[in-house]
Amino acid sequence: MPEIFMPRLSDTMEEGTISRWLKREGDQIRRGDVLAEIETDKAVMELEAYEEGPLTRILVPEGGAVPIGAPVAVVGTGAGTETGTSTGTSTGAGAEAGAEPGQPARPPATPEPATPEPTAPEQAAPAQPSEPVSPIRLPSSPLSRRLASRHGIDITTLTGSGPGGRVIRADVEEAIARRDERPATTRTARTARPEAASPAEPTPRASRAEEKTPERAETVREGEEREIEKAEKAGDVEEVPLTAVRRITARRLIQSVQQAPHFYLTTMVDAEPLLAFRAEVNTRLGERGPRVTVTDLIVKACAIELREHPEVNASWADTRILRHRRVHIGIAVALDDGLIVPVVHDADVRTLTEIAREAHALADKARAGRLTLDELGGGTFTVSNLGPFGIDHFTAVINPPQAAILAVGAAQPQPVVRDGELAVGTMMALTLSIDHRVLDGATGAAFLTGLKELLQQPLRMVV
Amino acid sequence: MVANTPGPASSPEPGPAHGARSDVGAVRPPGASEDAEVLRGYYRQMALIRAFELRSAEMYARAKIGGYCHLNLGEEATVVGLMAALRPSDYLFAGYRVHGYALARGAEPGRVMAELFGRVTGMSGGRGGSMHLFDAGLRLLGGYGIVGGQLPPATGAALAIAYRGAPGPDSEAVMCLLGDGTTNIGAFHEALNLAAVWRLPIVYAIVNNQLGMGTPVEAASGEPELFRRGCSYRIPGERVDGNDVLAVRDAALALMESAREEHRPGLLEAVSYRIRGHSVVDPARYRSAEETQRVRDLDPLPAFRARLIEGGVLDQETAARIDDETERTVTAAIEFADTSPPPPVDTLFDGVYATPVPNVFTGLPGDPPPDGQTTVTTLGES
Amino acid sequence: MGRTTVGRTAEQTAEQAVTYRQALHDTLRAEMLRDEDVLLLGEEIGVFEGSYKITAGLLDEFGPRRVRDTPICEEGFVGAAIGAAMLGLRPVVEIMTINFSLLAIDQIVNHAAKMRAMFGGQVSVPMVIRTPGGGGQQLAATHSQNLEVFYAHVPGLKVVAPSTPADAKGLLASAVRDDDPVLFLENLALYNTKGVVPGGDHIVRIGTAAVAKEGSDLTLVAYSRAAVIAHDVARRLEDEGVSAEVIDLRSLRPLDRATVCASARKTGRAIVLEDDWLSYGIGAEIAATIAEGAFDYLDAPVRRVAAAEVPLPYAKPLELAALPDAAALTRVIREVLEATRFVPRRVPSSQG
Ligand SMILES: Cc1ncc(C[n+]2csc(CCOP(=O)(O)OP(=O)(O)O)c2C)c(N)n1
Ligand SMILES: [Mg+2]
Repeated sequence: MPEIFMPRLSDTMEEGTISRWLKREGDQIRRGDVLAEIETDKAVMELEAYEEGPLTRILVPEGGAVPIGAPVAVVGTGAGTETGTSTGTSTGAGAEAGAEPGQPARPPATPEPATPEPTAPEQAAPAQPSEPVSPIRLPSSPLSRRLASRHGIDITTLTGSGPGGRVIRADVEEAIARRDERPATTRTARTARPEAASPAEPTPRASRAEEKTPERAETVREGEEREIEKAEKAGDVEEVPLTAVRRITARRLIQSVQQAPHFYLTTMVDAEPLLAFRAEVNTRLGERGPRVTVTDLIVKACAIELREHPEVNASWADTRILRHRRVHIGIAVALDDGLIVPVVHDADVRTLTEIAREAHALADKARAGRLTLDELGGGTFTVSNLGPFGIDHFTAVINPPQAAILAVGAAQPQPVVRDGELAVGTMMALTLSIDHRVLDGATGAAFLTGLKELLQQPLRMVV
Repeated sequence: MVANTPGPASSPEPGPAHGARSDVGAVRPPGASEDAEVLRGYYRQMALIRAFELRSAEMYARAKIGGYCHLNLGEEATVVGLMAALRPSDYLFAGYRVHGYALARGAEPGRVMAELFGRVTGMSGGRGGSMHLFDAGLRLLGGYGIVGGQLPPATGAALAIAYRGAPGPDSEAVMCLLGDGTTNIGAFHEALNLAAVWRLPIVYAIVNNQLGMGTPVEAASGEPELFRRGCSYRIPGERVDGNDVLAVRDAALALMESAREEHRPGLLEAVSYRIRGHSVVDPARYRSAEETQRVRDLDPLPAFRARLIEGGVLDQETAARIDDETERTVTAAIEFADTSPPPPVDTLFDGVYATPVPNVFTGLPGDPPPDGQTTVTTLGES
Repeated sequence: MGRTTVGRTAEQTAEQAVTYRQALHDTLRAEMLRDEDVLLLGEEIGVFEGSYKITAGLLDEFGPRRVRDTPICEEGFVGAAIGAAMLGLRPVVEIMTINFSLLAIDQIVNHAAKMRAMFGGQVSVPMVIRTPGGGGQQLAATHSQNLEVFYAHVPGLKVVAPSTPADAKGLLASAVRDDDPVLFLENLALYNTKGVVPGGDHIVRIGTAAVAKEGSDLTLVAYSRAAVIAHDVARRLEDEGVSAEVIDLRSLRPLDRATVCASARKTGRAIVLEDDWLSYGIGAEIAATIAEGAFDYLDAPVRRVAAAEVPLPYAKPLELAALPDAAALTRVIREVLEATRFVPRRVPSSQG
């Protein structure tokens, strides 16, 4: 009986959360059916069936998170599976109680030889209980589960060292340390456990001193936790469980801030020509086309300017810098539970209306949680526009491994000196955050100045 | 004899060995009808109790005995007299001051001492200690440590007798011992009332040693003539001199007889005096020196001895020999107790239920649950 | 056995180390001096000076009007105290041991605990029942019990159980001044223990647990005698690099669940030590509280160390085997630490 595994649905995904099962136990599954919706670090994706047969068992309930490759369901009528299902879970009685009047209850769990009954299971389906079936659970302490989820560790991948194989805090801490060691080239390895201490093991005194470092880090965290606990105790807080998006966003932003040395360049753009141009385009497009937004114009401008300054269209890759031949621009979209960055691919070769159309579609999908892997991957540069939110000016955190991100403020009336005279203009702040490992100030400045000029003469974008 | 009701209608005809009853304080020579051997037997029992209790105090001081330890010192005449009125087929319920009764009822001194020592050979297997002596064979159905605790169960034992058999000379009966202070507890009144309305074969014997711990009877009882407390329930009550073994015996016999033959409850008050503190650890400072001296003068053991010598039943030499014998008996009892093992620790849970009960989630303190796992951690696993 | 060890002079203003017994005595006396409505009732509390000598000297000082020896009639005098309290007196009843409170349980549970609510709040019952519990003195099955859970179960009652002389003072003063019936649990094994007691008027609010010792690695929850054991064990563990936090409940009803949960959240490991039997006990209540209030913080199940479930036998070896002690607690602590792969922090050794 084939198992269905958590698929890999994004390049950075480590685990997926079942946000909704679209099929129930007992449903007949055909190849290509959508079984469930899965929330990854980036989006809500569809879990597609590659198998056929009845859905025998759901292993991960809604809300459950498992790593890539972990079984989430079983499809098929293999003998023994059924027995396991009915007796191993609490649904046996419920199934009978829930049977529709006049319809014979589903025969008890006698292991039927695999005679596929094409119709019976479908008939029986409504009689199935609607609650999800409890999954196989590895023994794990509540604390280890909480720590694991806080640190984005998939507990089911750990081997428990507690009694009866229980996963305990120590196991999770080791897993965190292991994971943190890998990218942590700038930091000394954490030695949370003696066995992880340096093999040189000089004198006991020295090793004790070594152990102090993580311990101090520990203390800071403990201090934080104490604060948190104080607030919790006082009933001053409400606990909001992390969604996958929020968790991954958090982790990646930390990674970015910790590892990419940011610096910032800001310039003010006279937005009047841009706004006028936008108005004109929209009037011309009328009913026929999409409404072009400032963001769309900026994406278009960036795409053009990135062609001019290929150094900026680059990524940091630890041992080298990668310059991208194609220009894929990510647009940061705020969701209730995190930030998501769908990508307009090959923005430099698209027309403004194409970009507009695509960007709007992506934003809608993002809000619906329906972005596909392709729509999320491959960005080489990102634009984040908080102008619509009334923000004058801000700095953005780089979306690694990209080299830069553009933060766009609101276009606002401001005193400007025009032709030696004080006048009221409409100004917009652009701030470029740059990974100093990839770019230097002058290169960034050249790009930003080019962008500014382009935006102030928007006609150049379309000619 | 003082009685608040006329004696039993048919005045009991005591057996040949039993004389008339005494008045409080009177010490009269043994009647001609008393069998000399029986009298010497009473003396032997009283001497045994005295020796046993004195050595018990010593053993307590030597930390061989733990917990509470209440002695019958000064009550020997009462103890022996009451027990002399019982047949082997009668049942006895007692308070926590119970060593002497067990001995007089015929318990092996070694087994009594072994219980005090907490040894497996003790009367209650070492589990009850001084206050909780029990011997089903002797129909000693327990010493009870909770004041008044014995009264309702004793009453129920009498109910069982009445339930199973008619009154008559061969009927069994119950004697329930209690202290003077115990007459103030609710259970006393409830038990007496039940015995009266159900007409049960039971004699409640108040051992009035004039103190309940440090409280004199007059301070604790609205009616200090305790035998009168039966009035409310129309239970005939009598008071006798508890220092006179024969008087106690005879009064008890009479009441036991009406209990047997008429299934009529009785209330007997035997007045003696507690020679020492409430328990071995009580220095009894609340008693004045004069009082203590007066008490010693009333000591029933030398008095009975003198009386027997005076009456020619006992000579000095025999008396000394008996005293020696009892000393040796008690020494042997101590040796027996001391060489007996304590109950093995792995029998801790034995005997708690009559039926096999998986009583214990854990064995010893902090033990994990029986399956060796601290908790069930796997859910939904088939 | 010598005479009472309770000193007669009790005017205590400065901090000093006194016994638990002395602290109780001094507090009773102070409360009687403070409030004419406070009177003492109980068996053997006057002439005999109390079975455990808590009331020594008080009859002499206050006379039989305020220090009343009662006959042996627990139901009667507890009930009488209830009635006196209904009229505004503040009786402090001594029940010789908690075992005998069973003879009064009807008055306590069906009457003292109910009156205020049942009569629409028109009457309160400001009384204290002082009574020692506990085994370990070879008093056998009926005289060695820890029945406080019977009372802690009952709404309408308050139950406090100090483990130190200071808390004995603070809680007794609170109990006497409280307008509700308070069962004040003492312990035979604690009477001779000593500790520093704050001078002057010292109050411990009923319903507050004490963090008797702070720690970070595991939480020990206990009360009364068991709290002393837990504290001792915790101190010893410190030398081994284990930092145990000791929560002394002090008050069983109301129960300070917040303090218990906060500690369990901090340490992730919790063990309850109690002198009582395991099933349906205070430990069960604490374990449930932690499960509800600190579940996500636990790295191991809450463990309970309690008395073996037998009527306590008289024989010393059996009694020792049945009662929880420091060794039993230590064993379970080690199990919990092992189960969570605890690595002791290094302890600066005294040898340098
Ligand atoms: C219900 C109960 N309350 C109090 C006690 C404590 N106590 C033990 S013996 C005793 C005095 C009993 O006096 P009394 O009935 O005269 O018997 P004696 O000790 O004189 O034989 C008391 C108050 C108890 N064991 N049980
Ligand atoms: Mg008495």
